[in-house]
Amino acid sequence: MHEMSIAMAVVGQVEEAARAAGATAVRSVLLQVGELAGVVPDALGFCFELACADTVLEGCELVTEAVPARARCGPCADEWLVGMPPELSCPVCGTVTAELLTGRELQIVSVRWEDDRVPAATPERTPQER
Amino acid sequence: MCRVVDLQQAVLAKNDLGARRLREELAARGTIAVNLLSSPGSGKTALLEGELTAARERGVPVAALTADLATENDARRLARSGVPVKQVLTDGLCHLEAEMLAGQLDGWLPEGTRLLFVENVGNLVCPASYELGESLRVALASVTEGEDKPLKYPTAFGLANLVVVTKTDIAEAVGFDEAAFRANVQQVNPGVEVLLTSVRGGVGRGELLERALAVHAGEPVHVPVMARRPAQTPLHEHDHEHEHEHEHGHEHEHGHPHPALHL
Repeated sequence: MHEMSIAMAVVGQVEEAARAAGATAVRSVLLQVGELAGVVPDALGFCFELACADTVLEGCELVTEAVPARARCGPCADEWLVGMPPELSCPVCGTVTAELLTGRELQIVSVRWEDDRVPAATPERTPQER
Repeated sequence: MCRVVDLQQAVLAKNDLGARRLREELAARGTIAVNLLSSPGSGKTALLEGELTAARERGVPVAALTADLATENDARRLARSGVPVKQVLTDGLCHLEAEMLAGQLDGWLPEGTRLLFVENVGNLVCPASYELGESLRVALASVTEGEDKPLKYPTAFGLANLVVVTKTDIAEAVGFDEAAFRANVQQVNPGVEVLLTSVRGGVGRGELLERALAVHAGEPVHVPVMARRPAQTPLHEHDHEHEHEHEHGHEHEHGHPHPALHL
């Protein structure tokens, strides 16, 4: 079950960001899970709880947002929901070189945490990582 | 203070970065990695035995790394081909990750290795999510597994650069419907090549080697639709370059449901 590895990766990344920002507790994490990401949200939720133990995320809620998979055909510009199992050839012209617009996300969108920072007039920007 | 912070980090970013580094390191050494994915018992090891032997006969420097939860059986089998082989015991982990692979290659992968075959843990779910710095990802299915395997495991088959069918010598006995299998593969991975092989029947021996060597020669590799992303289209339509400030010095419930946090 690779959901444990995924959960540990989420916890590790959030921990790092929380530490850098001086957060004292992480209340929730919002995660986007694409339809084609190959991750089962229920299994991930179970693993997440375990992975949070003894970290600043202890007791943190994992909120998952399902992202449907959409593809676009280059030649005819048709866009379609690919479904599951996915239909990845263009349903209009049959072209086999479509592009996937969404559906493979496995992305930490945002976190809600507690910290002692004094609100500044101009909020500092969160360091963006790739 | 309670604060909502936009992170926008890909969960697998660390593995993807590790995979990119490994691919670059391998490329600098002139090595192409081939990642083999399939369910347990589909015949990865048997196929690989034939490919490694074919490589040795042709004088192509190859090496193979095989991953399992337990036993060194596969490494022993593959070592009979006479090429460098290493067994990785994953200690219960159901897949290989880029860093694990990099650590295993360190000090072992012989200089001048042209192809490195990586036999992933037998599993069609978990290994599919982890890039290993491979230049050729191969998904295998045996004729005994049913024609709908590609539909049941769309990520594994959808991200493959090549699909290999094994044990075709018993296709008739088990009623394997090749046309249906091909149609299912094409549904999740339009345009991908399907190779038919049979180790016992002597069909397709050395063909995987040919495809892998073609990668080395710079020929285009099939790019699956699932791996193809529009360059300029952002994943999200929202601007995440901001931080939500909450001017409360106490714990509180947010006024909006959590999934709507990033507005």
